[in-house]
Amino acid sequence: MMEYAYYPGCSLEHTGKPYDMSIREVFKTLGVGLREIEDWNCCGATMYMSVDKVVGFAVSARNLALAQNMGLDICAPCSSCYTTLRKTNRHMAWNLHSRKIIQESLKVVNLAYEKPVEVRHPLDILVNDVGIENIATACHYEFQGLRIAPYYGCMIVRPVYHFDDLDDPETMDNLFNALGAEVVNYPDKVRCCGGMLMTTFEEVALNLNNHLLKCAQDNGAELIATVCPLCQMNLEAYQAQINKRFHQNYHIPIVYFSQLVGLALGIAPEKLGMNTMLIEAPNLKLKLKEARVAV
Amino acid sequence: MAKSIVVIPVKKREEELRAAFWEQIKGIPRGDKIQNCIQCGTCTGSCPVSYMMDITPRETVALFRAGHLEEILHSRAIWICASCYSCRVRCPSGILVTDLMYALKRLAMQQNIYPPKFPVYALSRAFISNIYKYGRNFEMGLAIKYFLKAAPQKLFASAGFGLAMVRKGRISVKPTSIKKIKDVRAIIDRANQLETEGV
Repeated sequence: MMEYAYYPGCSLEHTGKPYDMSIREVFKTLGVGLREIEDWNCCGATMYMSVDKVVGFAVSARNLALAQNMGLDICAPCSSCYTTLRKTNRHMAWNLHSRKIIQESLKVVNLAYEKPVEVRHPLDILVNDVGIENIATACHYEFQGLRIAPYYGCMIVRPVYHFDDLDDPETMDNLFNALGAEVVNYPDKVRCCGGMLMTTFEEVALNLNNHLLKCAQDNGAELIATVCPLCQMNLEAYQAQINKRFHQNYHIPIVYFSQLVGLALGIAPEKLGMNTMLIEAPNLKLKLKEARVAV
Repeated sequence: MAKSIVVIPVKKREEELRAAFWEQIKGIPRGDKIQNCIQCGTCTGSCPVSYMMDITPRETVALFRAGHLEEILHSRAIWICASCYSCRVRCPSGILVTDLMYALKRLAMQQNIYPPKFPVYALSRAFISNIYKYGRNFEMGLAIKYFLKAAPQKLFASAGFGLAMVRKGRISVKPTSIKKIKDVRAIIDRANQLETEGV
């Protein structure tokens, strides 16, 4: 059986709870093992890097060492965690000086990080390890003509090529097409949502998110699918504020890609946290039809 | 007769800052590629927030090479960078622009160059103290702590959807600490110590 060390990250405990619920449910239904890293800690995100890079990487490396002790590669759904953990890996491979500091710091708590583990995004795991065809076969329902804008954001495609194109990723597009949905042209698919700028330079971030929503609306999307709790939060929770400031009338549901996969698999919406979304998606229910059984 | 070239000596302060800057980026592979910048402006063109910056990413490199590091450290630009890495993947000279921005942020903080209530600094500090306290990031506490420090008026503006999130169970009102919080603190303390002592 495929199995991964699960690193939910802080956001998935609270604001990104529906992401966490849907990832666990989808993996369980598809028979992919997820073992949560026991007592994991915050990865440090982009914040620690802005204050002290090496100390930040040491904090992040504790999680990598714990996963290594489980003998498993990591599955990290949050784009920020994903990038930070991968960056820690790269940095430790490149920089002998930092590696020494990090190793010495881990030693204090009887940890050693010797055999690097791979850090994977669940989208990558689902598409490349499980396979789109296998997922489609397992689905009881399909989205008949549901128009989805696939939003990848920054950190699962940049800074370093991993599993999809830097400028025009298609993993999610292919997945949703296989589930019967209609993926709309979405030129903003890798444009930044501003991330933490929403707290520090709100004006800038609101403008960025207005762009993303407008692009989705102009291209006829009924909803936006995301892969990151920060993007989801910015696009969903601030939509009312964006409407007010830019004189718009958006009412675009922002759902996690894993929630869509879960619905197609026939998992109950409450188990995927659909009832905790701030903007409901009535079209989802309407367009979710029982899949025709292939003859 | 050809005019003789006048070499303007770099000020002592600028020299010190530059030394500290190279120190910050010495750990970045290809960090010195900043020298190879061809001033094409691809970074600025790719940046989704450059229109809000007082100096653009391209200008940042130009100013650095002209010996105006202090001016860069006083800019808004380095703090507006949202770390989306668009510039980095498109730079034809292979300059790790985003990582340079992080290095500049760290240098500015180290030199205490930022307004006292400066948002990014306040947020970073609140974030880090959260990790030291709980091992994880407690979003509600972080938001309150940050807004009180940087922008109290926003606390009320965000209260609307904040309440909706609490009702939907998507914001916890009390923090939970990880079990081995002592381990996390020990790692941070040791790493800090090794960094200051120099290994």
